[in-house]
Amino acid sequence: MALAWRLIGVTAVLIAGAARAGEGPWPPKTLAETHPEAAGVRPFSPQYPLWSDGATKQRWVWLPRGKTIDASDAEAWRFPVGTRFWKQFSFGGRKVETRYLEKTGPDVWVYATYVWSEDQREATLAPAATGMRGAVEIAPGVRHDVPSVSDCKACHEGKGRDVVLGFSALQLSADRDPLAPHAEAVPEGSLQLVELLRENRLAHAPRFWQRTPPAVAARTPRARAALGYFHGNCSFCHNDRDPVSSVGLSLRADLTATIADEQPAIRTAVDVPSKFQIRGIEPDRSRRLATGDIERSAVLVRMRARDGLSQMPPLGSKCADTAALDLISTWVADELPSRAGGM
Amino acid sequence: MKTAKITLTAFTIALLAAPAARAAGKKDVEQIKRGEHLVKVGLCADCHTPKKMGPNGPEEDISKMLSGHPAAHLVTQAADKPAGPWAIAVAGDLTAWSGPWGVTFTRNLTPDKKTGLGDWTEQNFIDTIRTGKKLGKGRPILPPMPIAGIQNYSDDELKAIFAYLQSLPPISNAVPEPIPPAAPTAQPPVAAKK
Repeated sequence: MALAWRLIGVTAVLIAGAARAGEGPWPPKTLAETHPEAAGVRPFSPQYPLWSDGATKQRWVWLPRGKTIDASDAEAWRFPVGTRFWKQFSFGGRKVETRYLEKTGPDVWVYATYVWSEDQREATLAPAATGMRGAVEIAPGVRHDVPSVSDCKACHEGKGRDVVLGFSALQLSADRDPLAPHAEAVPEGSLQLVELLRENRLAHAPRFWQRTPPAVAARTPRARAALGYFHGNCSFCHNDRDPVSSVGLSLRADLTATIADEQPAIRTAVDVPSKFQIRGIEPDRSRRLATGDIERSAVLVRMRARDGLSQMPPLGSKCADTAALDLISTWVADELPSRAGGM
Repeated sequence: MKTAKITLTAFTIALLAAPAARAAGKKDVEQIKRGEHLVKVGLCADCHTPKKMGPNGPEEDISKMLSGHPAAHLVTQAADKPAGPWAIAVAGDLTAWSGPWGVTFTRNLTPDKKTGLGDWTEQNFIDTIRTGKKLGKGRPILPPMPIAGIQNYSDDELKAIFAYLQSLPPISNAVPEPIPPAAPTAQPPVAAKK
């Protein structure tokens, strides 16, 4: 437990008899109280992390003893009641906030965000309704927003799935993408896919995951990283299951695709007319991703924008991800297979 | 014999189903009528329908009913802030609004698949109104859309409005994206990894 505390960065002493889910106010007022009494908090590291304006992020998970994650649906794992997740954001070496998710019922998740004190000794619950706008300055003239619960739900909630993002077969695969933007080292003691399988914490998982760790099927290494980036940064809304699927753009990586060009992002974006009208481009000339043409690629235009109106993702970031833009621009300009003939 | 039995069964099902289908159709018509009433009372066309000049001044162009800011009317920048206490500038046909939030172009609400709401589901529409965000997750719905007032509609009312909008003739009109207010571009605080 002491190790887990250090990992979470909490120096405060665990409050004895802290309120448990269903027995008192929940989420509790301090981060320290979210820690389970039983051991087993483990770090993990997704291979395609979500861009958060350059924040250094650490993540932990705790699964109730003896319980397993149901991986029957490889795209939407179901977590046991009692599961807890933490994600800590630091800027310039200082802890700013820790976000918390706990499954308290079969389809009930508690969301909370804890803001770190100036002396970095404790973190207290942020207002659920408003979050904390402009909590800290992260760059000249740019301030980081601690999200409200509704902000959190805007990305995390989806149709018929648990709300956890970034903890999946692809994200935890041992076949780590060397070109993934902002890739992090896997911390010691992590609970990645290998450990989940070895420790029997994953029920109904395909057996081949053991010998063939999941990876994005793609034509080139750069394409693999680009598609993986979309998966980690865009697919929580742009998939083929959630309500936004009506727009017909899916940027999730399909682990069952063996032909690179059958990846949903290729099928639904490349040379597909964009409803988003790129300023300065004739109305019928904008494409979601235009083969060889960065300026006509609405996905890139919106990744580059940080104006609160046309930017993508629409929240959670105030600075464009230049590393990802470089990667995906090069892929679009030099490697993207044209599908214009088939449209 | 077997074929005759199947045919008879199918005929029986068709007979039984016909009144249900008629009832569903009637319900749809009632829902659309209710939606039309709500759209008229809500004055949606004031901003979402382009205007043309008539004998008594500008009037709604019914041939472009609820199709939003005309794509042909190019607006490339925000209006200068008016002098005095005024904060907002409005195009003559009320389909473009410029203010501190940037420039809003009223959307095409007809069911045109490429430029309107033709690819939206009823749930998309409800999510948009309830959250004040496009599709429930995207950019904020901008002024002067009275989103806070419309959020008071019940789900049934919103469904009726959506049913009415989907019953309109689709009009192809690619409304431009809103123009954000001028602001310096934020730079990332750390050097990006290659």
